[in-house]
Amino acid sequence: MAKKVALLQGNQACAAGAMYAGCTFFAGYPITPSTEVAEELSISLPTIGGKFIQMEDEIAAMAAVIGASLTGAKSITATSGPGVSLKQELIGYACIAEVPCVIINVMRGGPSTGMPTGPGQSDVMQAMWGTHGDHAAIALVPSSVQEIFTETVRAFNLAEKYRMPVQVLFDEIVGHMRERIVFPEPGELEIINRAAPTDPPETYKPYDATKGQVPPLASFGSGYKFHVTGLNKAADGFPTTKAEYVDAEERRQVNKVNDHAAAIESNEEYLTEDAEVLVWAYGSTARSARYAVNELRKEGIKAGLFRPITLWPFPAKRTAELAKQCKAIVVSEMNLGQMIHEVERAAKGNCTVVGEFRVDGEPINPGQIAAKVKEVM
Amino acid sequence: MSQRYEIRFSGAGGQGLITAGIILAEAASIIEGKSAVQSQSYGPEARGGASKSEVIISDAPIDYPKATIVDACLAMTQEAADKYANGIKEGGLLLLDADYVQKTPVGNFKVYRLPIMRIAKVDVGREIVANVVALGAVVGMTGVVSREAAEEAVLRKVPEAFKELNKKAFNLGFEKGKELLN
Repeated sequence: MAKKVALLQGNQACAAGAMYAGCTFFAGYPITPSTEVAEELSISLPTIGGKFIQMEDEIAAMAAVIGASLTGAKSITATSGPGVSLKQELIGYACIAEVPCVIINVMRGGPSTGMPTGPGQSDVMQAMWGTHGDHAAIALVPSSVQEIFTETVRAFNLAEKYRMPVQVLFDEIVGHMRERIVFPEPGELEIINRAAPTDPPETYKPYDATKGQVPPLASFGSGYKFHVTGLNKAADGFPTTKAEYVDAEERRQVNKVNDHAAAIESNEEYLTEDAEVLVWAYGSTARSARYAVNELRKEGIKAGLFRPITLWPFPAKRTAELAKQCKAIVVSEMNLGQMIHEVERAAKGNCTVVGEFRVDGEPINPGQIAAKVKEVM
Repeated sequence: MSQRYEIRFSGAGGQGLITAGIILAEAASIIEGKSAVQSQSYGPEARGGASKSEVIISDAPIDYPKATIVDACLAMTQEAADKYANGIKEGGLLLLDADYVQKTPVGNFKVYRLPIMRIAKVDVGREIVANVVALGAVVGMTGVVSREAAEEAVLRKVPEAFKELNKKAFNLGFEKGKELLN
């Protein structure tokens, strides 16, 4: 049987991906340019007995998502930069309490209310360092409608596997544009469900590192009782200030991601084998970059594209290798230079790193990128 | 058809031009199996203001989703014409609503005029289908998708009770568009 196809907005594909992943809970507060994610889920969640709640604000929405996840429900919220700013305290809470959840950030211009209907890519550092304290972060940056679907599914998988919040960031352009999507059949994409505890309720400890880097999380309502707090805690979940516990827990929570960075990493490379100049771009900007690379190749310029799909953890190893191969890297992003700092750090001076930025609410067009490549040749 | 064909629909917010773009993209990508991307830009207003919807159609996968050089542009209002009737390629096509655009944008492209709103109101009977009249005219003039595919895409989009109305609007627009080329 032919697969189901449709012309969908990126935001609609995100909601469809969440449903495919087994999401049963959404809480959020509408905000342009993310609202269609909520709108779609408000229609589809009730059809499977899931819950959709429009909360009084973004902070409450994040709290509801954490609470729902603690009952075992795959949970999601969708917002834009201003909403993510408000959620930061609770994102940190989900990090330390190790509660799986997915946060969708459809990026617009900023800071603050910024430009609601214009695209931006200026929340990419916030995805890593928005909440205070040492913590691991996973952030995915799809660049097509189809990829928004698959990366939303992957976000749920990673959230459940590593027991943590995972962010999916795409700009307004990809969120609002419509493209054909081919829906994967059930079972076609991997779905990771939460590991159930093997200990009985009497001896269960929610942060027992002897159970592995990611201890199993019991669901409230299944007979398990345990303490959840934002404080540093011992294996049983109760607060502690004992140095050995605090240190070990902090390191475990960061290493559970960093030790598996290679498995979480996902990139696309286009014409990089013989590239002399590399364009490093993500999201909708990577689409402009690909167009520019094709135009440059027609002129005999050996340009290539590196497109991270996992933005955090940062693809340092591959970026470093390409920095040794290429004369220059052009980092193009719809902000005034954020990921370029990470690229420079990875390049370690092995090649020139320059930026091509734009923050006027217009997309970075292929001509801009091509001109910058020629400038550094 | 060249590899990449770019169409821009522009007018006042609420005139249904984003819908016209979506229908065209559906005709190309879902019915004809080509690659198509539809995007839009709009202001914070829910109604009024100038809005545009762009459709890129290609035989190959589409990377950059916005217009680079427009093959065909529609402007339903003066504000839209002033703001969006630019970046049209040499020898390209600009279709204006004959009643609502007085000042014609200047450029190296062919300008056509059709009283789209009037056709919708007087000939079809409902002003609300002006976007479908416009879509019909653009398809008739450009042939970027087949008449059958576009009509099917229109009918898929509208509720049963409005199918005849929209069919009439599309076909009238298509015929009038074709006539303009003669």
